Amino acid sequence: MSNHAVKQADSAINEMYSHDLPRTPVDAEFLASQEGKIKVSMIGLCGCWGCTLSVLDMDERLLGLLDKVTILRSSLTDIKRIPERCVVGFVEGGVANEENIETLEHFRENCDILISVGACAIWGGVPAMRNQESLSDCLAEAYIGSPTVVLGVIPIIPDHPDIPKLTTKVYPCHDVVKMDYFIPGCPPDGDAILKVLDDLVNGRPVNLPTSINRYD
Amino acid sequence: MMIQLKIDGKNINARKGEPLVDVALKNDIYIPTLCYTTGQACLGTCRVCSVKVDGVVTAACTVPVAHGMDVEVNEPEVTDMRKALVESLFAEGTHNCPSCEKSGRCDLQAVGYEVGMMVSRFEYRFTPRRRDYASDKILLERDRCIFCQRCVDFVRDEETGQKIFSISGRGANSRIEINAEFANKMTAEQVTRAVNLCPVGTIVEKGVGFNDPIGKRKFEIKSVRERALEGGPK
Repeated sequence: MSNHAVKQADSAINEMYSHDLPRTPVDAEFLASQEGKIKVSMIGLCGCWGCTLSVLDMDERLLGLLDKVTILRSSLTDIKRIPERCVVGFVEGGVANEENIETLEHFRENCDILISVGACAIWGGVPAMRNQESLSDCLAEAYIGSPTVVLGVIPIIPDHPDIPKLTTKVYPCHDVVKMDYFIPGCPPDGDAILKVLDDLVNGRPVNLPTSINRYD
Repeated sequence: MMIQLKIDGKNINARKGEPLVDVALKNDIYIPTLCYTTGQACLGTCRVCSVKVDGVVTAACTVPVAHGMDVEVNEPEVTDMRKALVESLFAEGTHNCPSCEKSGRCDLQAVGYEVGMMVSRFEYRFTPRRRDYASDKILLERDRCIFCQRCVDFVRDEETGQKIFSISGRGANSRIEINAEFANKMTAEQVTRAVNLCPVGTIVEKGVGFNDPIGKRKFEIKSVRERALEGGPK
């Protein structure tokens, strides 16, 4: 019996996803104050969290929206999975592994409007540079032929069942689920994200003007 | 000889035979271009300047104006066609703006903004293409080439008049090529001209890139539309 098989048998009993872990209940009074607000969330897939930082770059301008909007899952709250349906879902990063697919599909099922934020979500971005090479070549470069492999150790490509399997190529989010809007940039400015959110919250057609549309 | 034509319903006087794209610009109507350069021979390769002339879609740089023409530029169907053409270029090559030396001074990127592209409606292809490092001064990033042929036609060896850049292969196998022997004889001014002539980041000067900080790059100081309408150097 291989080492992996033993671990798999164990994990059938002990396995628990991070989003199923018990968490401190949110204050009831606070929850009541958020009733009727537009719920917004953001998830990160295969990206660098730069777009998430751009969301934080909305700074105090976000305060003007907070009487209409409440933020569930985001880098501000660290909820693993949205506990209830959201109106607006921002997605950072492209799809590069099985976990990304599952996370994105769950988000799609639970958000009314999904928005690709940044180059990675829109076309794959920097991680998609591996699309011009084969996956096995990339893994060999990283784990077998890398100049930083530990001397005297037989190099292996990690394949533990708990590690999500990489997809053959890196895909834009809209290759996996329907995306409703796109905010280009690497990362987009906080202004661009704010403009789209503000349009949606105020029921205007989403319009990202040429002056703040950037691909880098 | 002066003639009259209509562009988007506006009556316009122009000299007979002048390229439609220039006539439109002189009358403050911007038509995006990638292969066309005012004052140079028309190449007609990129089709990004497509408009409707008497109801027929055609590239505005290839059309000499004639009396009585009825031209539609900002009509929804042809506006979307221009956008689709730009989107297809972004999908066909690997246009990684975040890591490109030409970002901020790239015509394709600037035109992408003008046509309002957020994402390509076509599948991104990531075709692997080898770079060419052979020349001393020029790096050829084949991923980004849109086959406009500006460099092929307008950059020549000063001694012999022969082409320095050429296209080999056909269709999906087309490749931009560089003659390293001629390229090594290029003067510094000629290299700069070739880099500036390239509407994308295919012709890159070795050792040069990312010189201007974000916010102070060419098309951030003045957009491609403003530059075209001013009629100055693009």
